[in-house]
Amino acid sequence: MSEHHHDHDHGHDHDGKPIQEDTLPSLEAQILETAVRELLIEKGVVSGDEIRRAIEFMDTRGESLGAKIVVRAWTDPDFKELLLSNSADALREFGIDMKPMELCVVENTDEVHNMVVCTLCSCYPRPILGIPPAWYKRRDYRARAVREPRAVLREFGTELSDAMQVRVHDSNADLRYLVLPQRPEGTEDWTAEQLEALVTRDSMIGVSDVLDPAEARA
Amino acid sequence: MESKYRPGDKVRILQRNQPGHVRTPIYIRGKTGVIERIVGSYPNPERLAYGHSGLPYKMLYRVNFKQSDIWDDYDGPADDTLEIEIYEHWLAPA
Repeated sequence: MSEHHHDHDHGHDHDGKPIQEDTLPSLEAQILETAVRELLIEKGVVSGDEIRRAIEFMDTRGESLGAKIVVRAWTDPDFKELLLSNSADALREFGIDMKPMELCVVENTDEVHNMVVCTLCSCYPRPILGIPPAWYKRRDYRARAVREPRAVLREFGTELSDAMQVRVHDSNADLRYLVLPQRPEGTEDWTAEQLEALVTRDSMIGVSDVLDPAEARA
Repeated sequence: MESKYRPGDKVRILQRNQPGHVRTPIYIRGKTGVIERIVGSYPNPERLAYGHSGLPYKMLYRVNFKQSDIWDDYDGPADDTLEIEIYEHWLAPA
């Protein structure tokens, strides 16, 4: 299966909400996927169990690895430089190989806030963050994130001043994106575990910032 | 493989009438931006999607746009930007 097929993991929603169909064409694609999958199983190309095990493996990956990578970049300037210039080598230190895709890490600064979307489908750094949230795959996020990013951010509770630049990354080809949020002030003596607890999945997609240290500590 | 464009080059996204699998979204076609980086060469996804080899490889770039150059009525600061990956055969010098 190509990576592109993995992006269309229909019927696999981990938010616990019922699956919401966007429009009829997507329903047609689901019917097609079911037909192809059943045919592949019937013809013995793959077994139902192999598919189940692949989904189970995808389920085991969550965002904790992404948080570890972010915190390592916060605490190790050499690693951060490697992550930004040669992500493949940096990921190797965590035992990750994303080939044929490549990870592009985009760094939040005082001037720039980064946000990631895949307008065409649902490309996402799955080896690092696991399966994307349902809202990331929906047409309204995918259309509005490029069109009116600040309104979308506001809906996620993220208000940015006009002095900040919002930079949207459309993950439409062979790169996958990870936002490197800024390290909060006042965390200089925190352990790696304490820091990792601040780094949320949504902050690595770019729709919100990391947790407030004052709230997390409490 | 030689890349036709370099970071900093101004480029326009072509308005190709190309049915089937393409990775250039319609909203960015016809727009002008700047090459942010050369990503590298990859098999052509437009052919891979139909079971072909995707050879010869195509050069892929990241292109940076001002949001106000994409959307006539962009509601936000003039500095807001968008970055997207575009294959070389969808680009022309601007």
